[in-house]
Amino acid sequence: MINVSGLTKYYGVNCAVDNLTFNAKKGEILGFLGPNGAGKTTTMRILTGYMPPTSGKASVGGFDVIDQSLEVRKLVGYLPETVPLYQDMRVFDYLKFMAELRHVSDVEEKVDIVLEQVGMVERSESFISKLSKGMRQRVGLAQALIHQPEVLILDEPTIGLDPAQIIEVRKLIQEIGKEKTVLLSTHILSEAQQVCDRVMIINKGHIVAEDTPEHLQTRMVGSRRVTVRIAGETTPAIAIINKIPGILSVKLTDNDAIQFENPTDKDLRPLVAKALIKARFDLLELSSESVNLEDIFLQLTREEPQALSPSEVKDEFLAEEPAGINKKIKKEGK
Amino acid sequence: MRNMWIIAKKEYISFYHSPIAYVIGVVTFLTLGIFFWLQIDFAVQTQQFVPDIRNILDILIFPLLFLAVPVLTMRTISDENRTGTLELIMTAPVRDWELIAGKWLGTYLFFRTIIALTWIYPFVLNFMVDPGIDQSLLTANYLGLSLLTAAMTAIGILLSSLFKNQIAALLASLGVLIILWIISAPAQLMQGVGADLLRHLSITDHYYETFRYGIVDLKDIIYYLSMTVLALFLGTRAVEARRWR
Repeated sequence: MINVSGLTKYYGVNCAVDNLTFNAKKGEILGFLGPNGAGKTTTMRILTGYMPPTSGKASVGGFDVIDQSLEVRKLVGYLPETVPLYQDMRVFDYLKFMAELRHVSDVEEKVDIVLEQVGMVERSESFISKLSKGMRQRVGLAQALIHQPEVLILDEPTIGLDPAQIIEVRKLIQEIGKEKTVLLSTHILSEAQQVCDRVMIINKGHIVAEDTPEHLQTRMVGSRRVTVRIAGETTPAIAIINKIPGILSVKLTDNDAIQFENPTDKDLRPLVAKALIKARFDLLELSSESVNLEDIFLQLTREEPQALSPSEVKDEFLAEEPAGINKKIKKEGK
Repeated sequence: MRNMWIIAKKEYISFYHSPIAYVIGVVTFLTLGIFFWLQIDFAVQTQQFVPDIRNILDILIFPLLFLAVPVLTMRTISDENRTGTLELIMTAPVRDWELIAGKWLGTYLFFRTIIALTWIYPFVLNFMVDPGIDQSLLTANYLGLSLLTAAMTAIGILLSSLFKNQIAALLASLGVLIILWIISAPAQLMQGVGADLLRHLSITDHYYETFRYGIVDLKDIIYYLSMTVLALFLGTRAVEARRWR
């Protein structure tokens, strides 16, 4: 339904989106995950026909976003990051105006349906300027749904909502995503995990990881990072830990702690403790943490020195420990 | 075309939700009312003067429309740009010219409403003077006024599409309208083609020299219509250019 290949967008000399390639099928909810300024909004704006790319191709429902922009815009429902509302209008009139612009038949009936969907029926006669942030967000969502679009593009759809509303909106997106294509951006990982069929982690205009949330999660949660701190020489201790079967990528951290990955289901800490004590080391600390999506996200998207080009940055991420995991994600994604 | 009407309707109705429109309405009718009363009173006292509706319409054009047009057009596109609703319209299946033309039409219809309401003065005056006022002169004046307002509104919309800041749009359209008003002044000291050109460009000469005296000349109508179309065309290009930035 959405096909993007080699999409690039420059703002002056700044590259916002760099050679992005992905696609989304009908009935798929694709999550765009990334820090601010990663290029999520720019990509969405290109897909909705708001602005053309500098180079590359993008199509929605088989229509090219530049050459057949009007056709694309008919197919797409879009909720921009700053919810676009006319403050001086009533909720009902605003949705009616949007429905008319979209050439919807039975306008008032359709408005009632979306008001019901987003739970704003009792506020339909309120002026938009009098609504709370969460309510405005819901009106914005209603506007994107008014013409029952084949493709729904939502830029941070749950921002500003209270927890109960977030659950409602996520349910609604999942419901819509059964038949329609949904592309949503978020920087809340749990949201991507819950709602999306597939997640793309994007940073500085690049896709740095792409997979189903389940795959990402199994890979991550299965692996545990263990930190060991001992008194005295660390080099012989590393040699000892390295001999324990199942332990991966043992390394010394900057603050003289030993770290290793445990991809097995078993807790290997008792073995490590026994081996170290047997070799007469003074054990100060032995702690375990699971590597979750947050860690991966932070690692994939964290700031790197300016001297490195984006491609070098990616290589660096992949080369670094526990980058073995990232490599796997990357492969899985491809 | 349909989208243009939808946008125009929304724009027209939105004026009635805005206090600025009421302020402009009140100021207009208060000012015109005072001048109307003064004229009648002066005519009654001196018995040597016939009240002329053109004195009222002159005030309507300057300063009222020259101020009201920039004030009401400044927010049309620039405000949509500022609040992000422009993104909404530009990602809806609406052509850029439909947006600009719709905005212009909605605003123009609002001014036409105000202008139509000023008809009350000649209507009343018609009963006060004998043998009534010159209807063809009145019609020519109102036709010219409508065309002048159409061109002024289009210029206001164009400048609103160029700026994200409303005040910048206001000052720019005020500036452009004043320049188009006084542009023929140097022509009095000049001769030849240059002077003719300046006179042709003046937005007010096409009204004050002809329509005001009851003369309906095709070249004036063409001037106002082409000014309107040109400004709306440039406004459309400005919105298109926004996509490429």
